Order: sequence, then structure tokens, then C-alpha cells
Amino acid sequence: MKITKEKNGNALLVALEGRLDTMTAPELEAELKQELNGVESLELDFSRLDYISSAGLRVLLSAHKIMSGKGGMKVTHVNEIVQEVFDVTGFADILDIE
Amino acid sequence: MNEITLKATIENIPQATAFIDEALEAAACSMKAQMQIDVAMDELFGNIARYAYAPGEGEATVRFHFQEETRTASITLIDSGIPFNPLSVAEPDTTSAAQDRPIGGLGIFLVRKTMDDMAYEYRDGKNILTIRKKI
Repeated sequence: MKITKEKNGNALLVALEGRLDTMTAPELEAELKQELNGVESLELDFSRLDYISSAGLRVLLSAHKIMSGKGGMKVTHVNEIVQEVFDVTGFADILDIE
Repeated sequence: MNEITLKATIENIPQATAFIDEALEAAACSMKAQMQIDVAMDELFGNIARYAYAPGEGEATVRFHFQEETRTASITLIDSGIPFNPLSVAEPDTTSAAQDRPIGGLGIFLVRKTMDDMAYEYRDGKNILTIRKKI
């Protein structure tokens, strides 16, 4: 998985490319842990993300919890496979998906 | 019958998945079904790697079968670890608020929702788990 970050003031954009799964979820977790200090709003761009497994959902949930006390987190450009995972797990009701 | 036996480790998930992907591509699987099956492999092989032999280690066999007439792929995962029937796991509450949501159990739930069928048996000291999906 490739992670690209772009910081604009206190807004952070993180774009993911590839697969967010058991092997790669810890990389995203580590990146977010390092970057979220001082960040007020977070956008995760999934336009080049192939799929997500439950290991990835865990990282999204903890990021969502951190950001819900601030300006929030949104997930953008979700493909059909990822949307299905969000739908069946109920994450579609929790996350702000655009 | 087409199978691979690997050490059951997190690091071997990509190799197990690549084995299945190759078989799916040979069967002209749709991209969507392949991605769903890849997610299932991450969940199921990952579970074996994390729990089946903990704190020790062991092997897992992944078997692929494709039935042409019905275009159904069957993937069987076999390990000799502690008996574990994923079908006995209660469905997680997917309607609770984010803050109270328990983190376990989602993976198997996801697999059950995206595959056509999931079957489990414990035989000769082995966990034998089969998922089926029309591709």
C-alpha cells in the first residue's frame, strides 16, 4: 500500500493506494499516530484503494474516534468493494463518506 | 485439486492470497468477486496466523477448486491448531454507536456476508473451513 500525505494548515489529506489489510493497516495506524497531533480535520482519499478488510476498519474506527472530538474525519472516493464492506459492517452509518 | 501449504504467519497472507488470485484469474473471475475473496483470505488466513497455534506456530493449507458448470470457486483452509468454529461466533452488533463498538468479530461476519456459503468441520485434529462463491 502507498500512503500519500498532504497538509494544508490544520487539515490533513491522506491518500491510500492498494490494499488496506492485515499487512498494511499497521503502516496507516503508525502514520496517523504520528501526523494527527494538531490536525483539526482529516480526509482519507480512497480513490486508488482496491479493498479494505477488518484490520483496516479497526484503524479507521480509532482515527474516527480521535477526530470526532475535533473537526471530524471524512472518507472520499470509495469504490464499490469498499462501500460494500462499509455497508455490511455498519461502518456506513458511523463514517462520513462522500 | 490445487493447494499450497505455508507456515501460518501474518507475513504469509500475501503469498496465500497470490496463490488464490492466480487460480481465480485462470478461471476468468470477475474483479469484484476476486477483491471480495482477497478480503476473505485476509480475514481467514489472518485468523489462523493469529490464533490457531498461539503462542506456538504451525502450518496452514489453502486449497482451491473451481466447478466449471456452476462457475463456483471453493477455497478450503486447513490448520491443525486449536478447534475453532467460525460459524459459532455471534454476529457483531453493527448498529451500536462508534464509541461503544467492540472491535472483534467483524472479519468473520464480513466473510459470511460476502461469500455465498461457509462450511466448517473439525476432523482428524484439523479445522477445515470452506468458503464458496460464484465467480
